[in-house]
Amino acid sequence: MVDAIKRPGWWRGLLGAIAFGAFGFGLVLILRKISGLDPYQTEQTGYPHVIVPAITAPLGFLAGFGCFDYWLRWAAGMPTIPDDHSQHGAKSWRDYFKFNTDHKVIGVQYVVTTFIFFFIGGLMAMLIRAELAQPGTQIVEASTYNSLFSTHAVLMIFVFVIPVFAGLANYVLPLMIGAPDMAFPRLNALSFWMLPLAGLLFIGSFLCPGGAFDAGWTGYAPLSTGAPLGQSFFNLGVQFAGASSIATALNFLVTIITMRAPGMTFWRMPLLVWANLSTSLLVVAATPFIAGVQFMVLFDRALHTNFFDFAAGGDVISYQHIFWFYSHPAVYIMMLPGFGIVSEVISTHARKPIFGYRLMALALIGIVVLSYSVWAHHMFVAGMFSWLRVPMMLTTLLIAVPTGIKIFSWLGTLYFGKIHTYSTAMLFALAFIVTFTIGGISGVMLGMVPIDIHVSDTYFIVAHIHFVLFGGSVFTIFAGVYHWFPKMTGRMYDEKLGRVHFWGTLIGTWGTFIPMHWVGMDGMPRRVADYAEQFGNWNLLISCFAFMLGAIQLVFVYNMIVSWRFGPKADGNPWRANSIEWQVSSPPPIFNFDEIPRVVGGPYEFGIPGAKHAIMAGEGAEVPAGEKSVVGSSS
Amino acid sequence: MYGRLPIVKMLLVTIASTAVISAVMVPINWNGQGASTAAPKIDHLLNVMIVLSSFVFSLVVVMLFYALWKFKAKPGDESDGEPIHGNTRLEIAWTLIPTIIVLFAGGYSWKVLDDLEQKDPHHLTVSVFSQQYAWSFAYPGKGYAYSQGELHVPVGEQIQFKMHAMDVIHSFWVPEWRIKKDNVPGITTTAVVTPDKVGTYQLVCTELCGFGHATMRAKVVVEPKSKFEKWVEGLDQELPEPLMDVLKEGSATNAPDLGAGGA
Repeated sequence: MVDAIKRPGWWRGLLGAIAFGAFGFGLVLILRKISGLDPYQTEQTGYPHVIVPAITAPLGFLAGFGCFDYWLRWAAGMPTIPDDHSQHGAKSWRDYFKFNTDHKVIGVQYVVTTFIFFFIGGLMAMLIRAELAQPGTQIVEASTYNSLFSTHAVLMIFVFVIPVFAGLANYVLPLMIGAPDMAFPRLNALSFWMLPLAGLLFIGSFLCPGGAFDAGWTGYAPLSTGAPLGQSFFNLGVQFAGASSIATALNFLVTIITMRAPGMTFWRMPLLVWANLSTSLLVVAATPFIAGVQFMVLFDRALHTNFFDFAAGGDVISYQHIFWFYSHPAVYIMMLPGFGIVSEVISTHARKPIFGYRLMALALIGIVVLSYSVWAHHMFVAGMFSWLRVPMMLTTLLIAVPTGIKIFSWLGTLYFGKIHTYSTAMLFALAFIVTFTIGGISGVMLGMVPIDIHVSDTYFIVAHIHFVLFGGSVFTIFAGVYHWFPKMTGRMYDEKLGRVHFWGTLIGTWGTFIPMHWVGMDGMPRRVADYAEQFGNWNLLISCFAFMLGAIQLVFVYNMIVSWRFGPKADGNPWRANSIEWQVSSPPPIFNFDEIPRVVGGPYEFGIPGAKHAIMAGEGAEVPAGEKSVVGSSS
Repeated sequence: MYGRLPIVKMLLVTIASTAVISAVMVPINWNGQGASTAAPKIDHLLNVMIVLSSFVFSLVVVMLFYALWKFKAKPGDESDGEPIHGNTRLEIAWTLIPTIIVLFAGGYSWKVLDDLEQKDPHHLTVSVFSQQYAWSFAYPGKGYAYSQGELHVPVGEQIQFKMHAMDVIHSFWVPEWRIKKDNVPGITTTAVVTPDKVGTYQLVCTELCGFGHATMRAKVVVEPKSKFEKWVEGLDQELPEPLMDVLKEGSATNAPDLGAGGA
């Protein structure tokens, strides 16, 4: 037992959480006692004796779990324990529940954890739709309803869509660029373990007096600064999710820039690598803004700093500017990695090079640059300076151009190819093109100020964001999970069940979210538990499709679990793809490569006799004339 | 090599599909009944966008399904497609044409926006107060006439609403007027509307403001000027002190009205 507590792991993590939590709790009590204040401050936004432990306990868990062991020894000048790689790779399922520095283990940890949050958030969506099936209040009362849609959105955004892409890329990206691991494996593990803590803080807020946070995922001040305790858990959860996201993005940037295999120039990187390079550029620069603005709200609540208290000279609208300066780029953080996945899947299953590869990469960079200059389109009716509207409208409309380039280039990739549609991944990728086009079109309409004035804050917005986040991001996530499932598990999934899941999801998505446009334009506001009688029939139809969409996901869960356990063994390269991750076994060996591969050509050279992307160890093929092996060259 | 594609036929199918979708969608009154001079302008802009959008959508769908029909691999065919890496002229085209389309849409929207917010020198100013979870209104006159939960305005005259939120952000929306504006604590926001149909409508709060948000509504009555004036005269409630303070401070905390792009 003593030994179990000394070793990094769950027991020591639990002990750390309790010890650090008790320390935070005691500190608040003692300081308040010394200052002559009531030890417990339970005024609506106060609760320092809960907020401080909610910060220290997760840190204590991370410390106890072993996330800082190596660094702390080093920082303290103690002899570091030579790395015996015992924390690397997984030999049994138990290794997935430990602090593990293998990017492949971390990738799987990410994907499984985030999907658990996806299903919790999905259950909340089912409750929301049950309440909305009929006008009036039947299942949950208004304040619980507000908590439900707020938590639903926050779980989906901060602990599903953003990190699941980080998880998929964690697994695939080092393999794709021929690297043995990420640049900073320990930081990578720390990034992952912060994520479930963020999710627990979000969900744990349901236990707070006054219920979970209920000011929407946007948490606009001053509704959020005056909200009950649950709001502080949102403020804190975002810090953990944000820190996780920023550290991962730094890790990706360094990995992509410095660890590419010899010969992999920038123009030979698969588009998934380009997509994650672009996403990481957005994350490192934008995410600090939401971390900052949530701290400002927390300080307003707990320390009375008055950033957003209008009565004390605070500025209410500045919250929205800072929030959207992150949260619009966040939309692309949630989409660009999906663009990368779709490029890989379509090129592979159409057996054709990506059409206009360089323009595809440049379009990603174009989106990165433009996405910093469009945030105020979320605020056309917010009462901000009126002259800001027209320039923000024009940049918003222009961002449709690089997105359109991507759509047309994917379509161009299909022409004169040999399109195989047996893979569920390809079905999701093709459906994504059409569904995302709808989301893009409604996005352009929303970018136009006069239309936005009418439909802003209505169900039209709900329809739009679900078309881009569900029909867009989630479709690409499914494509990615199906595509790399054989690589990650070493087994094949059942394509028949995959098809059932695909068609059910496609019909469910359109059936649920298309009519939302109509009720929105016709006058139904968003974020309401109750609505006018006239929208009753449409909402009943929407709810029926939503339940169907929810139920069909069980097929996916069944398929994934059963195939992981019993599926037929997968080859190294079941899709006959070119990129490097498919040239190793499934799942790949513990350090990925016996010998670092040598890249000699582009990643999508289908149909060119003798063309190769990379030469693997032991292949001994001749290097084409004029080929130089340059590490990290960017010519 | 793209000369091998039946480009003219594909384009014809795209145009036919655009025509069909537009013919179905344009006659539908998506935004519901209109009751202000802004409504036809916004609805017309929406219709233009529906036509443009159905063209883009049709183009994508036709391109996708033609490819799936024509280039689907036969069972057992393990060969690769043709090694085509791109086509510079095509890539320039699908960069430039969408740019022109969206800039046109942007310019047109800008013009509509300016039209919507054109100020009439003979307008009536009505103050709007929002608080969790109720609306109230003040009309100019001897002192201020004050009404709670019911807004009356004359038909055919431009109304300038000056909006004040007392606690958190609320948003003022009458769907039939198509006009929406947030009420923000600490500043005064404005919106102009010219109602052009007599009738009774609903004012809906569209910014989440707490548990009573869904039911934060007020009745809106648009009536002939004479009836309106009589109604205002009949109001006998005094403007409460805190609201009066907000009106007095209002001009000091106003966001400057800088013209370009309207109010």
